[in-house]
Amino acid sequence: MRTGRGARAGQYAALLAYLVFLAFPFLWLVSTAFKSPRELGSLHPAWIPDDPTLANFRQAFDEQPLLHAALNSLLAALSAALIAVVVATPTAYVMARRRSALARAATGWVVVSQAFPFVLLIIPLFLVLKNLRLIDSVPGLVMVYVVWALPFALWMLTGYVRAVPAELEEAAAVDGAGRLRTLVSVTAPLLAPGIVATALFAFVTAWNEFFFALVLLKTPEKQTLPVVLTHFIGAEGVADLGPLAAAAFLATLPSLVVFAIIQRRITGGMLAGAVKS
Amino acid sequence: MRTRILGAALALALLLAGCSSGGTRDDGRIVLRFQSLAWQQESVEANRELVAEWNATHPDVRVEYVQGSWDSVHDQLLTAFEGGEAPDIIHDASDDLADFAYGGHLADLTGLLPERLTSGIPRRSWETTTFGDGVYGVPFLQEPRVLIANTALLEESGVRVPTPEHPWSWDEFRQATERLSGDGRYGVAWPLKEPVSATLNLSLSTGGRLFHRGADGKVTVRFEEGDEVVPRTVHAQVNTDRSASPTTLGSGGSDTLPGFFAGKYAMVPLGFSYRQQIVQQAPEGFAWRVLPAPAGAGGLAQGVSPQTLSIAEDCPHKEEAAAFLDFLLRPENMVRLALGDWMLPTGTEALADPALHTAEHGWATGTALAAHLRPAPAQTVRGYPEWKDKVATPALQEYYSGAIGLGELRERLEEDGNLVLARYQR
Repeated sequence: MRTGRGARAGQYAALLAYLVFLAFPFLWLVSTAFKSPRELGSLHPAWIPDDPTLANFRQAFDEQPLLHAALNSLLAALSAALIAVVVATPTAYVMARRRSALARAATGWVVVSQAFPFVLLIIPLFLVLKNLRLIDSVPGLVMVYVVWALPFALWMLTGYVRAVPAELEEAAAVDGAGRLRTLVSVTAPLLAPGIVATALFAFVTAWNEFFFALVLLKTPEKQTLPVVLTHFIGAEGVADLGPLAAAAFLATLPSLVVFAIIQRRITGGMLAGAVKS
Repeated sequence: MRTRILGAALALALLLAGCSSGGTRDDGRIVLRFQSLAWQQESVEANRELVAEWNATHPDVRVEYVQGSWDSVHDQLLTAFEGGEAPDIIHDASDDLADFAYGGHLADLTGLLPERLTSGIPRRSWETTTFGDGVYGVPFLQEPRVLIANTALLEESGVRVPTPEHPWSWDEFRQATERLSGDGRYGVAWPLKEPVSATLNLSLSTGGRLFHRGADGKVTVRFEEGDEVVPRTVHAQVNTDRSASPTTLGSGGSDTLPGFFAGKYAMVPLGFSYRQQIVQQAPEGFAWRVLPAPAGAGGLAQGVSPQTLSIAEDCPHKEEAAAFLDFLLRPENMVRLALGDWMLPTGTEALADPALHTAEHGWATGTALAAHLRPAPAQTVRGYPEWKDKVATPALQEYYSGAIGLGELRERLEEDGNLVLARYQR
């Protein structure tokens, strides 16, 4: 069935509208970051700043240790993503392939654990970490991020493992490949897009996380970017809008870059898996 | 492959080991952590400079400056207190202290502070940090709510310009906003995203109390004549006179500024510290002035919840922490902090500083209001936050927008409100 020209144009228009809807907050953030305080106080704000300025960026860097905070965030997010994937991948494999009661219970627990709001967890978590002397330390924060990301990572990866036909592994076994060889040479490459997507999810979750970092880190030198960003907000929600937008814009860049680099690989990998099955 | 995974794990372990907390900072000297909520550039600078000056002159007691955030201070402190990891010196606001004070997390400062500091701050300010028999914070900065007016529109309208000596009555204010309205312009834009504290604090000027403590110590809500004046005025401006913008009722203070600069609103009632934003954002040549909020049977009185400095109960060096507070709040230093935050100091000597009496940016008008500031009526009432969120905020928002009348507002504030408060006073 061929799509008519009008219908195709309509599809593109809908897609464009959706893209604009998604991109609007980000584009507005970028626009705000380059505006002077006077322009920010204008009743009819323009998309393109009349007199673009870098003053907000300068002020943001002068007032807050943004680079240092970004490094802390990067360290925490990368570590959390790596550990989450290393722990979740084999676990998800077992949960997907073994149809035991334990696997079913684990899957149920993963779903249930998502229902707990973090405000319920923070005080017990704080006390546990305090006993482990992990308060005010990035490793402590990484541990929390891993625990926080793990249920969803497991759930995601279990789905990916299920999508890899067990027949492929059986075929490899028939060809004489051992268990480990099958996992490494057959299953792992097919799972790669899922692992990358899961790592990305864990990375972005940790990169953006605010509350745990606020509560667990005390030393200014260890604070992560989302915590430092709140320093531009005053009492009753009054914000130093220009520097806040400038800093927030910079804070979104790593996620954007990471997505841009690996997006094609994720999609490509998924398609490759689909064809093989 | 296996080698690569092992390598990655090893690298991660090293990475994590490298960023562990780094052991003790205490090399024989006393170290105090001071969590400040200063956020505006000038204010952060003033705080940091004062900490540096203290550290330069007190080698045995080092103060570490830690920046907190107003946005999340309550949750962050609550967790830190529960875990025994709170900062030693805590910057907060008096209306946030009750739970921490009653919970035993803050040190009673009675007897810890020097006479100069205790006698230098008026009793009414100390009342904002007194809970039960103890004093749990030093109130040091406060701000009245003022009217920021577009000078040109004010002069053009010919209305009498109020001063702290001759303020508008609430009726005069209503008439003035009517005269200032027209041609698509509103006389006033009330930013009432948080309607409860604004209404309650301004109602002190009309003799409003709302919370009445009985002989048994229990508090009940009674919405009486004195409590009605401010809500009735706002309601009439929005719904009858059309002299107040209905769209800003759900806005924060900053949101009204673009319309104010564009001449869409002639006046905006805002906290005194908003002047900093106005100075930054106002178009070139835009003239504005600070007017006192209207007065009523209670004169110019209004409620405030000052910014406070407290010492954690768990702090092992309370005397040193109190000495730091004494240093930070010396009159000349209090003035620096006040100028940095565009607020008023509570200390009488600091308040007399000539820098706070200039006509520029309305400092003199604000300073003249300082003597009329009283503790916010609700801050010692247990259950107030829930009453505010569940009962008063929606009721006032609906009343101001014209959805309900005064009778229903009273009914909800009193009947629903007292049910909430009763749960906290069993």
